[in-house]
Amino acid sequence: MEDLVIEFHLDGRSGVVPYLQLIHQVRHALRLGLLHKGEQLPKVKDVAAGLAINPNTVLKAYRELEYEGLVAARPGVGTFVTGTLDGGSLAAHGPLRRELQRWLARARRAGLDDESIEALFASTFRSASEDVEGTGRWAG
Amino acid sequence: MTAVIQTEELGKRYRTRWALAGCTLSIPAGHVVGLVGPNGAGKTTLINLATGMLAPSAGTIEVLGGRPAAGPAQLARVGYLAQDAPLYAGLSVADHLRLGAHLNPGWDAELARSRVDRLDLDPRQKAGTLSGGQRAQLALTLAVAKRPELLILDEPVASLDPLARREFLQGLMEAVAEQEVSVVLSSHLISDLERACDYVVVLADSRVRVAGPVDDLLATHHLLSGPRRDPASLPGALQVISASHTDVQSTLLVRSSGPVLDPAWAMSGVGLEDLVLAYMQQAAARPALRNSHRRLEVQK
Repeated sequence: MEDLVIEFHLDGRSGVVPYLQLIHQVRHALRLGLLHKGEQLPKVKDVAAGLAINPNTVLKAYRELEYEGLVAARPGVGTFVTGTLDGGSLAAHGPLRRELQRWLARARRAGLDDESIEALFASTFRSASEDVEGTGRWAG
Repeated sequence: MTAVIQTEELGKRYRTRWALAGCTLSIPAGHVVGLVGPNGAGKTTLINLATGMLAPSAGTIEVLGGRPAAGPAQLARVGYLAQDAPLYAGLSVADHLRLGAHLNPGWDAELARSRVDRLDLDPRQKAGTLSGGQRAQLALTLAVAKRPELLILDEPVASLDPLARREFLQGLMEAVAEQEVSVVLSSHLISDLERACDYVVVLADSRVRVAGPVDDLLATHHLLSGPRRDPASLPGALQVISASHTDVQSTLLVRSSGPVLDPAWAMSGVGLEDLVLAYMQQAAARPALRNSHRRLEVQK
């Protein structure tokens, strides 16, 4: 298991079926730039043995990712990343993260605790997404 | 592709009691099949019929297209691990591998040795002094190294602690991935098998209650909740598996090939465990069927 970039895990209580959890984890890693083009996904046998899950479950997840154009299987070799999901925005992550850190520092100085910060972020995020959706709908 | 296990109205009777009755199944190759049901449901009986250790009292059974235990060729194609991983207590790990090599024409010595290495078993250690988990792993190694097309395991994890259970299933899934062997394993707990199986057969009260690929079963079963009403008034395409009612509300687990389009009902998915339990409860709620030989409407 040399040069493994990502390692899968399963949450038995999430209610999400295992093959979807694997897909989400690959997409997540692609979005965060943890997986790059040309890198290999863990071998089906290793994932099955590691998580004690049915190899067909892993194959199904990999096939679905292949269908989305994110990975390609090379018979007898393995499955490799061929696409990206960062939309070219990875370069913007650094500056955005720094802004967010400054904002968090301000929030703490203003006396907000962790829970209040999360709640404020979640509600702002939600209303902002609704605005975007609403605009789209009216524009359409 | 030939079915790994094909049965037609299969039954086994002990004196007046049917341990298994009216069992009609066709399990395709390439699956890990979970045979689940409460203790005494008929799981071991079905397994013993499939391995040829019991002869049917009624109906027919074919395993990989042949009669169970019909001859040396048929025996070589099926690996079988009985409950509690029986081994020879006085023989060492290496002795067991030698025994396996002598008794099985298709023995894969390399595979056996590499599995024993990875398990960190001392070849000189006597089987009687191994832990429960190690015994189960050694027995699995013997069953896998004979390179069967079908591996049948009777309650392989029931007596193991949670860690040994996980390790056993890891070893089994590795074998499935490496050798593309079909597997049938039984358990009274679906949670043991949920990750490993992609096909389930639910047995309760001597009968098959439901059988099919896990994905298909999850896609066709739904939980409905809404204002109280009589399940008999539902459209005929819906098959009610379980129902519970309060004064004002009904919650139903139904089987339906399409979505339920009644706006009065909130519909949600069902987990495998709830699905299996609903079929077991259904069996418990209809004891009138006990020992009768009529076919159940809830077969696949």
